[in-house]
Amino acid sequence: MESSRALARLWRLTGPTGLTQARAMLLGRPCWSQQQTQQQHNSFSSSSSSVPEESDEEKKMPDHMMSTIVNGKEVWVPKGSSVMQACDAAGVDIPRFCYHPKLSVAGNCRMCLVDLENERGMSPKPVASCAMPLAPGTTILTDTDRVKKAREGVMEFLLLNHPLDCPICDQGGECDLQDQAMHYGSDRGRFVGQKRTVVDKNLGPLVKTVMTRCIHCTRCVRYAKEVAGVEDLGVTGRGGASEIGTYVNKLMESELSGNVIDLCPVGALTSKPYAFTARQWELKPTESVDVSDALGCNIRVDSRGTEVLRILPRNNEEVNEDWISDKARFQYDGLQRQRLNVPMAKGAGSVLKPVKWEEALTAVAEAAEGVSGEDMAAYGGKLADCESLIALKDLANRLGCETVQCEDVGQGVPDADLRSTYLFNPTLSGVDAADVILMVGTNPRVEAPVLNARIRKAQLEGVPIGMLGEDVDLTYPTTHLGGAPPLSAKKNADFSLALDQARRPLVLVGANCDPAVMAEVEELFEKRRETIEDGWNPISVLHQSASTVGALDLGYGAAPKAVPEGKKLVFLLGADEIDVPEGAFVVYIGHHGDKGACRADVVLPAAAFTEKHATYVNTEGRPQHARRAIAPPGEARDDWKILRALSEVMGHALPYDDLRGVRSRLCEVSPTFERIDEAPQKATYLGPKHKKGKVGAKTVLRTTIENFYQTDVISRASLAMAKATQARANQ
Amino acid sequence: MIRGAVLRAAAVAAGALTKGGSSALAPLEGGQKYAQALGASKAWSRGYATNSHDHFNIHRDSPENNDTTPFDFTPENMKIVKEVLARYPENYKRSGVIPLLTLAQTQNKGFLTLSAMNRVAEVLETPAIRVYEVATFYTMFNRSKMGKYHLMVCGTTPCMVRGAPKVKQALCDHLGLSDYGESTADGLFTLSEMECMGCCVNAPMIAVADYTKGVEGFTYNYYEDITTKDAVNITEQLRRGETPKVGSQHRSKCEPAGVVYEDKWVPTPEGTETLMGTPRGPYCRELKKEAAEQKQ
Ligand code: SF4
Ligand code: FES
Ligand code: FES
Repeated sequence: MESSRALARLWRLTGPTGLTQARAMLLGRPCWSQQQTQQQHNSFSSSSSSVPEESDEEKKMPDHMMSTIVNGKEVWVPKGSSVMQACDAAGVDIPRFCYHPKLSVAGNCRMCLVDLENERGMSPKPVASCAMPLAPGTTILTDTDRVKKAREGVMEFLLLNHPLDCPICDQGGECDLQDQAMHYGSDRGRFVGQKRTVVDKNLGPLVKTVMTRCIHCTRCVRYAKEVAGVEDLGVTGRGGASEIGTYVNKLMESELSGNVIDLCPVGALTSKPYAFTARQWELKPTESVDVSDALGCNIRVDSRGTEVLRILPRNNEEVNEDWISDKARFQYDGLQRQRLNVPMAKGAGSVLKPVKWEEALTAVAEAAEGVSGEDMAAYGGKLADCESLIALKDLANRLGCETVQCEDVGQGVPDADLRSTYLFNPTLSGVDAADVILMVGTNPRVEAPVLNARIRKAQLEGVPIGMLGEDVDLTYPTTHLGGAPPLSAKKNADFSLALDQARRPLVLVGANCDPAVMAEVEELFEKRRETIEDGWNPISVLHQSASTVGALDLGYGAAPKAVPEGKKLVFLLGADEIDVPEGAFVVYIGHHGDKGACRADVVLPAAAFTEKHATYVNTEGRPQHARRAIAPPGEARDDWKILRALSEVMGHALPYDDLRGVRSRLCEVSPTFERIDEAPQKATYLGPKHKKGKVGAKTVLRTTIENFYQTDVISRASLAMAKATQARANQ
Repeated sequence: MIRGAVLRAAAVAAGALTKGGSSALAPLEGGQKYAQALGASKAWSRGYATNSHDHFNIHRDSPENNDTTPFDFTPENMKIVKEVLARYPENYKRSGVIPLLTLAQTQNKGFLTLSAMNRVAEVLETPAIRVYEVATFYTMFNRSKMGKYHLMVCGTTPCMVRGAPKVKQALCDHLGLSDYGESTADGLFTLSEMECMGCCVNAPMIAVADYTKGVEGFTYNYYEDITTKDAVNITEQLRRGETPKVGSQHRSKCEPAGVVYEDKWVPTPEGTETLMGTPRGPYCRELKKEAAEQKQ
């Protein structure tokens, strides 16, 4: 299994030649290229002056490496690398348009031409380095006159049909073509005649197309096919008449469609909501994390003044690779709408009226007077950060209240004492190492699209994927094994066999599966414990909200659907999905006027994730920091500061008053928070943790997300997400 | 004033660019002339399809071509489909896309509708876009409604030199069409341009796809060594349902019997068919010698 996946990966990287070499390597057989490598290397080291004088031992090359010389500098690269990878390793910059490390090699832009030289002399013509496997004994030259001329020629051809509309193009300032034209372009063209024009395609409300700008690198086509798994994009026509599109009028039905915007090297595919709003150099980038799902995708928040203007992914191989979901990318306009920006309290006629901060806080303190801790409850919401969660919990505890819960914590989570029972134990990058994947009651396509792309990658490399629950289209084939566990070995012999043999099985469990289901899943591995690799825990709980794992780490429990009767004072920290019965005094601390704020007696306006320094723990248990990109609107304040102020007014002052204080309190409660950006150490599988129960025979497990685009207060307030929902519905 | 100065500067720049070329020719004018010489303006007005008879490389819904137009392979053709698919491994079904598209096109009277392409994709179990890509790439797949006979005039250099433009003009005049890509009102003929069909030795030539007899009787015949008169004749014969002489109209194969010259068949003069001695010339210059001389 391992070797086949390695092969598949190599194939995608290097094509057939690399594969032959790799196979020979893996099978431990000598092949000609290996032998030749040795010889060539010897000849190099004897003849080339650029090899540094080193002792013989240091010079010894590991078996899987080969050596080459780039512009007179020796580098070692893994066998099967392409010429371009060797140049990258040598720190030599190769211009490129079509090559992308996460996609298959197309070799169709020809911008990456280099000269090669071996003992027979110079290559007869410049070679496309991205598609050329590095042969032993080849020297790479990237600074010859011929290379320069070739690249200038390619650039001139690319510019023939490229419109001169940089001033009105959103890519301006961050355009690969613009940048490379600075190096290789001429200041005038030799082309007379008409430039071609191409019809713009309608890819939906998120991706804007100006197809005349397309340079046919086919990155978007390969992305749609290989990563997003929606084969809708293609190249129609040929030669000068070819164009990128869907041929028929069709949306790109993917939760990851926004990534083509980053992939497109020119301004052919740009962001529709961001169109004509700003230039890249006017924006202030802030590194942050996404809160639209529980993956904690790394993002860059670009802001100008008081507004977030766009959100882009940041590369993090362990979490989101290069991608983010459409919701993460486009929901930011929701940060401008429906915002709570002044404190409010219910006045005469039970209508919320803007009040001063002091008034609002005193109103809460007054309401709390005489209420015993048992009659209070505190609920954390989907987007709550750890700092505010701990402040809320500390305050509640000081008031004597023990009902401290978080919404969207699945029923399947047992007492949260043991971290490994509620984490995505194999870690997200562990998906790449898994040899069988079983999904139980989850739909990663809507719960965590970026993870779904990872699973799809595994599927393409031949990992069997089984599914218990609703049979949904995940953009890759799965073996449907029934509506709910138990897994019947008889009916699904092949899959059971794969599971029996698996050394690193991965069970993706939806967080909303009830404990009985979890028990069944554990039962499945009880029998197979022997075969599982040491240090590998197959249980991977996929949560749906950014706050969940943090809340569990801090000792929150699972909130019920409705607040129990008899509670007199209820704190909602951005919790909007909990029904509050009549008679309770509700304090809503949050940033959007959604359901929770409507029910509230006092509204305390707080900051959204782009407006505060906050910690979020993702589904793997990896704490990450979101950073403040802009100031909170109006009189809104950081959530934990509000709670701190409230605690003082209520006479139970919390013992911290700056961010450092809160964070050290976090570390006190859970040592997890000391290791920011790190996934927890892999825990060995410890056996069942759930009590057995009965799973109804007719149960069909399914995700609780009905509409991917609108899951929390921000996305519900977003116009872009509303349009996307509508477009999907009309398709 | 300023505008004039800018224009003059541009003209000078253009002159410098063409390295001593006539700077009297303003760049814009030059561009237009160039485009016209290429027949480019026509091509643009027709859209940007790969061949001369489809308009775009994207689909536009029309009453006769949308995804609800009925199409399915007939039972007999389904047998052919099976045969074709049997040639490829089960997991490489997609390889059968060209034969199946051809079959669908012939069955559907030369017209690959969207639904026909979708059906092919279904049979091949591949995403529809992969089929669209192939269908738009090759000029011989027609994505517009065709006449019963599809007349294709070769427009590549040898045929051009030997009189293809005249043949085209004659056919246009005779059929009452104004350009390639049009069909006669009675739906009998569609006139198109094709690139070299490998018959250059018998230039000029036209090819005719006959969609009147279904998949069984489908023919794709070449008519070579044609003069304008021959071309008109062939269409007339087709109109009457006769079968015109296939192949060269004036010789049996491609023996050196003559040539179409100035729209007339000119037989080769006696004794010049076969080269018996040194050819008469003119000969190519001796480049090496010249270079050597220049060096001295
Ligand atoms: S649209 Fe952009 S990404 Fe797609 S082929 Fe054109 S230039 Fe490349
Ligand atoms: S990057 Fe190598 S051909 Fe495009
Ligand atoms: S040029 Fe007409 S057949 Fe070749």
